[in-house]
Amino acid sequence: MDLDALMLSRIQFAANISFHILFPTITIALCWFLLFFRIRLVRTRDPAWEEAYYFWTKVFALTFALGVVSGIVMSFQFGTNWPGFMEKTGNISGPLLGYEVLTAFFLEASFLGIMLFGRGRVSERVHLTATFLVALGTTLSAFWILSLNSWMQTPAGYEIVDGQFIPTDWFAVVFNPSFPYRFAHKLLASALTASFLIAGLCAWQLLKGTTTNGTHKAMRAAVATAAVVMPLQFIAGDLHGLNTLEHQPAKVAAMEGVWETERGAPLTLFGFPDEDAATTHFAIKIPKMASLILTHDMDGEIAGIRSFGDGHPPVAPVFYAFRIMVGVGSLMLLVSAFTAYRLWRQRREKRITLPRPLLWVLSAMTFSGWLATLSGWYVTEIGRQPFVVYGLVRAGEVATTVPPPFIGLTLVAYLLVYGLLLVTYVGVLKYMAENPVKHAPVPVTSAGLGKAGV
Amino acid sequence: MLGMTWAQWLPLIFLAVMGLALLTYVILDGYDLGVGLLLPLADDSEKDTMINSIGPFWDANETWLVLGVGVLLVAFPMAHGLVLQALYLPVAAMLIGLILRGVAFDFRVKAPLQYKAFWNRAFFAGSLLASSAQGWMLGSYITGFDKGPLGLAFSLGIAVTLPAAYTLLGAGWLIMKTEGALQSKAVSWAHRVLWPMGIALVAISGATPLVHPTVVSKWFAMPQVFALMPVPLTCALAFFAVRWVVTHPDLVRAGHGWVVFAATVLIFVLAFFGLAYSIFPDIVIGRMTVWQAAISTASLNVVFVGVAVTLPVIIVYTVFMYRVFWGKARALTYG
Repeated sequence: MDLDALMLSRIQFAANISFHILFPTITIALCWFLLFFRIRLVRTRDPAWEEAYYFWTKVFALTFALGVVSGIVMSFQFGTNWPGFMEKTGNISGPLLGYEVLTAFFLEASFLGIMLFGRGRVSERVHLTATFLVALGTTLSAFWILSLNSWMQTPAGYEIVDGQFIPTDWFAVVFNPSFPYRFAHKLLASALTASFLIAGLCAWQLLKGTTTNGTHKAMRAAVATAAVVMPLQFIAGDLHGLNTLEHQPAKVAAMEGVWETERGAPLTLFGFPDEDAATTHFAIKIPKMASLILTHDMDGEIAGIRSFGDGHPPVAPVFYAFRIMVGVGSLMLLVSAFTAYRLWRQRREKRITLPRPLLWVLSAMTFSGWLATLSGWYVTEIGRQPFVVYGLVRAGEVATTVPPPFIGLTLVAYLLVYGLLLVTYVGVLKYMAENPVKHAPVPVTSAGLGKAGV
Repeated sequence: MLGMTWAQWLPLIFLAVMGLALLTYVILDGYDLGVGLLLPLADDSEKDTMINSIGPFWDANETWLVLGVGVLLVAFPMAHGLVLQALYLPVAAMLIGLILRGVAFDFRVKAPLQYKAFWNRAFFAGSLLASSAQGWMLGSYITGFDKGPLGLAFSLGIAVTLPAAYTLLGAGWLIMKTEGALQSKAVSWAHRVLWPMGIALVAISGATPLVHPTVVSKWFAMPQVFALMPVPLTCALAFFAVRWVVTHPDLVRAGHGWVVFAATVLIFVLAFFGLAYSIFPDIVIGRMTVWQAAISTASLNVVFVGVAVTLPVIIVYTVFMYRVFWGKARALTYG
C-alpha cells in the first residue's frame, strides 16, 4: 500500500467520517427516546420520567456537540480531500447536501438551545415542540445525507454531459435503488445503538448502586426497543443485501469471499481471505448456503471476485467487517431478547432486578452499536471501492493535489484530537453514570429573565 | 446589470446568501470566540458566567459557517475545491480549534472537577487557534494565495488583527449580558484592545493596495471616491463611539453599554462590504468569477427553492431564540 495523496486522503476522510458517525448514530434515536420520556412525563406526572429525561438530555447534549464539531470538518474535507467529486457531481450532490444543511442542521442546532436550556423560559408546549423538531431535524439530516450516499452507491436519474453529472429526474436521484434499504438499515442501527447505550449505562448504575428512579424507566424503554428492533434489523439487512447483489455484485462477492463465479456457492462462515492467491485459507463453509441466502435458490449463480477485473474492492476488510457486523448483531439479538424476557416477568415491579452477570454483559455491550455500525459502514464504503460513484467515477480521478506531507501532518493532528475526545467522552459518560444528579433542578420562574415573555 | 437574465442572476443570489451567512458567522461566532479569548483573564465563577452567556447560542452560531461553506460547496464547487486546497493547513488548524472549543463547552462541566482547568485552557486555546486561522485564511484569500514574503506578512497581520477584533466583540457582548464586577472588567478589556485593533485595521487597509493594485482603481477613481467616502468615515465614527462609552463608566451604568457591541458589529459590516466591493465579481481573486464557479442553472434552481423557503424561517427563529434568552446571563440549567 503506497501512502500517496490518494491513500492518505482516503485514510483521513475515513477517520473523520468514522469518528463523526459515532455521534449522530446515537443522537438520531436518542432524541426520540427523550421525546418519549417527555411525553410520558406529561401524561403520568411521574417524576421518575423527569429524572430519566434530565440525565439523558445531558448525554444527548454532549453527544450532539461532538457530532456538530466533527460534522463541520466534513463540509470542508469534501473540498480539501475530494475536489474533483464536487466538480463532477456538484449538480446532483450539491442540492442534496444543500437540503441537508438547510432543513435539518438548522432545525437541530437552533431548537437545540431551547430544548436544552429553555425550560422555564418557554411554555411546556413550546418546549415539547422544540424537542420534537430537534428529533425530526436529526432524522431529516440522515435522510438527505443517506440519499446522497446511496446515490453514490447506486446512481440513478442522471445523464453525463462533458464529464459532468446532470440530473434528469430528481425523484429517481433522491429515491435511488439502494436508498430505502440503506435509510431503514441506518435508522434501525441508530435505534439499536442508542438502546444499548442506555441499557449499558443503566446496567452500570445498577452494578455501582448509583441508580435514580429514572434508571429503571430508561432501562425498560431501551431493552424493549432493542428486543423489537433487532429482529427487524436482520430482515432489513437481508433485504439490503439482496439489493446490493442486484446493483453492486462485486461488493457481495467480497463480503461472501466468493472468488470464482459459481452455481450453488457455499457460505463461508469464517476464514482468511488471500487476494493474491485468490482463495480463502482455513475456510469453514456450509455447502450451497450462500446461493440459497442470496438468490433464494440452492443452485443460484453468484458472480466471483475475479470476474470483475480490477473493478472490485479489497476483499479482506470487507470480508472481516461483514462478519464482525453480523456477529455483533447476533449477540445483540440474544442479549436483548433474554433481557426483555427477564424484564417482562417483573413488569409490575417498580424497580428492576437483574442478575449481576447479565448486568456485566449489558455494560460490556454499551458501545456494541458503534462496533456494528462502523463495521457495517466499512462493508458498504470499502465495498464501493475503487469507485466514488459506483461503476462511473474512480476515487483516484477526484483526489486532491495537496502535497502528501500536508495530508499526513493534519491526519496525525486529527487522530490525536479524536483519540483524546473519544477517551474523554467514554470517561465522562462513566463518570455521569456513577454520579447522576439525583434531582432535576427546579425550573427557573419568569422573574429576572428580562424580556423572555414567551 | 439590469439586463441580466435569471441564469446570470442566480449565481449572484447565491453569492449574496453565502456572503450573508459568512458575515453572520463572523459576527455571531465572533463574539463566542472573543469570549473564549477573554476567558483566562477572569476568575473561576466569572468563567462560568461568561460561558453561560454564550451557551445557548454558539451551536446555532457555528452553523452559519456550515451554511456559508455549504453554499460555496453546493453552488460554487469549482471555487470550493480551489480555495480549500490552497488553504489546506489553516483550514485544518481552524477545524481543530473549533473542535476543541466546541467540546470544551460540555467537557468542562461534565468531566470530573479536576479536569475543569484543562478544558478551560482548551476552550481558550481552541478559540485562539480558530480565530487566528480564520484571520490567516482571510489574509491569504485577499492576496490571492500569494506565498511571497509580502503576502505572508499580510496574512500574518490579519491573523493577529482578527482575534483582536473578536475580543472587542466578545467584550461588547459581555458588557450587555453581565453585570457588576464582570461587566466592569469587560469594559476595561474592551478599552485595552481598542487601540491595537484600530491601528491594525488602518494598517491593513493601507497595505491592501500593496498586495492588490487593482483595488486602488476601484476605490479612488472619480466619482466613486465620493460615494465611498461614508464607509471609512462611518467606521471612524463607530470606533470613537466605542471609545467614548468604554472611557465613561457612568454611561455603561446608565444602560448604554450595548453601544460597544453595536458599533463593533457596524465596523465588521462595513469592512465586509468594503471587501466585497473590492473583490466583486470574482470569487477567487483574479482567477475565477462567480459565474464560472457556479453549477448549472437547473441545479441552482432546485437549491434556490430550498433557500427561499428556509432562509427566512431560519432568520425568524434565530430572532425568536435571542428573545427567549434575552437579558443577563445566569447559571444555565438543563430542563
